[in-house]
Amino acid sequence: MDLRFDKALFCLMLKKVSSWLISGNLVIASQLIIWHHLGCCESGMKTMCGIVGLFLKDKSLEPKLGEMLTAMLITMTDRGPDSAGIAIYGGETNGRTKMTVQSDNPDTAFQGLDAALTSALGGAVNMTVKSTHAILDIPAENTALARTEIDKLDRGIRVMSRGVSLEIFKEVGLPKDVARRFEIEQMSGTHGIGHTRMATESAVTTMGAHPFNTGDDQCLVHNGSLSNHNSLRRSLRREGIHIETENDTEVGAAYLTWQMQNGATLGEALTSSLDDLDGFFTFVVGTKDGFGVVRDPIACKPAVMAETDQYVAFGSEYRALVDLPGIENARVWEPEPATVYFWSHNEAPTSKEKAA
Amino acid sequence: MQTIDLTETGLRETNKMLHAQSADTNQTSWTIENAKGAHAIACGLNAPIEVTVKGSTGYYCAGMNQHATVNIHGSAGPGTGENIMSGKIVIDGDASQYLGATGHGGLIVVKGNASSRCGISMKGVNIVVQGNIGHMSAFMGQSGNLVVCGDAGDALGDSCYEARFFVRGTVKSLGADCEKKEMRAEHIEILQSLLDEAGFDADPSDFTRYGSARTLYNFDVDNAGAY
Repeated sequence: MDLRFDKALFCLMLKKVSSWLISGNLVIASQLIIWHHLGCCESGMKTMCGIVGLFLKDKSLEPKLGEMLTAMLITMTDRGPDSAGIAIYGGETNGRTKMTVQSDNPDTAFQGLDAALTSALGGAVNMTVKSTHAILDIPAENTALARTEIDKLDRGIRVMSRGVSLEIFKEVGLPKDVARRFEIEQMSGTHGIGHTRMATESAVTTMGAHPFNTGDDQCLVHNGSLSNHNSLRRSLRREGIHIETENDTEVGAAYLTWQMQNGATLGEALTSSLDDLDGFFTFVVGTKDGFGVVRDPIACKPAVMAETDQYVAFGSEYRALVDLPGIENARVWEPEPATVYFWSHNEAPTSKEKAA
Repeated sequence: MQTIDLTETGLRETNKMLHAQSADTNQTSWTIENAKGAHAIACGLNAPIEVTVKGSTGYYCAGMNQHATVNIHGSAGPGTGENIMSGKIVIDGDASQYLGATGHGGLIVVKGNASSRCGISMKGVNIVVQGNIGHMSAFMGQSGNLVVCGDAGDALGDSCYEARFFVRGTVKSLGADCEKKEMRAEHIEILQSLLDEAGFDADPSDFTRYGSARTLYNFDVDNAGAY
């Protein structure tokens, strides 16, 4: 796409501009770098991608999580009309795990899938089909085998998420249509994150939509663009990390997975992402117990947070938050750049600043 | 007084009504209700009217303002008052990034904090912030005054020209070619009048002035190797 070319060129220019700045040639550097600092695509061109997140403290709101998140997501349609996705943490059942799988031909791919997996795994597998997605309810001890067995069936089924609580639904189309086809409004849960995408770095496809599953019960959404994703993808593939698409965010997700496989906590992985990822990003990550937020040090991608006794909410813009209950009296603020924030149902909220 | 419910009237119709006001209009006082974070509220005004926006605003509220006074009873989104030419913007809450970017004149008052890139490339606007400002503020500021009663973030005044910065609290770091300056009587006078105009009770002698060291104005042949 033209835009991708422009952005790559732009990143090269930025490096040059830095050297101009150091050497004192302000005349050449000035217009380019002001464009950058005005937020580049935020201000001069168009807003790209929207993120929403909602973490409930008040249990009485849990039945309305899907409804609240859907409303927030639809508000962010003009930031990302290409595709949309939502990750919902719906709670866990003891001894069971959930896999959300997707197929472009759900009628044939999901036909008898539960029975086939039940016999292959030797434990009861239950399936709920929602449009192009199906949620497989699997005995916890068979989880590792399930992915292999699904691949063996060779039905073109793709795994969107795995975990005890997490379900991910994402498709190409307007956020309102995506939310409707997966009946997100009717879903309950403890917390969830959503994304509306305006594609820049790779094609508009289901697999290019966010959120990305980074590990069991973990997911990532991204607003921005990573400029070193090609070299990082090559390095991660050499390390044996599976990366499916040419999408930059998938590389960000794979990077976190790789860090955590090497013993980092999610917080540590996010902190080191500030060193190793080049480009613009606001990340929101979902975990079984809560969510985290981090912005790159330049922080030109917008982010607004609101907190009340009932919830913590995230939006790319304040507009996404205006219909939440009690928003008039919420504490509303912008997360600081290069700072990792976490809210968890288990622990007190934290924020950790990364030294420049 | 004219009152507009933004959700009923819609943004374009609202801005159209405000744009229709001439220099000698007698409809000088307007209230916009239900702002709900909408973008571009009261942009491009060009008449001596006073517009009060109830609630928080989205991108570019009061951008390109001339002559009008715009009060925001809430927080303001990115690019508020971008390229303001004259008039006044008063924000009760916080302001998001690039407040008053490229502003040529007028006054912007923030009663809370302002975020990153406050006053970037300012060209004559005066900005007075009661709280703190974020990183890369007043980047390449050319003229005008940025007054901060709290603290400033990283890289204040990077590559600035002749804009003046007055900070009462700490500065996390100064940008390239920005340095601490002497506070002379004329600066105390400028600062006092800006604080008065903003309605903030602060002592000008508590502030430190920063500005350009003027070493980046001209090409330096010793740096040719950097190309």
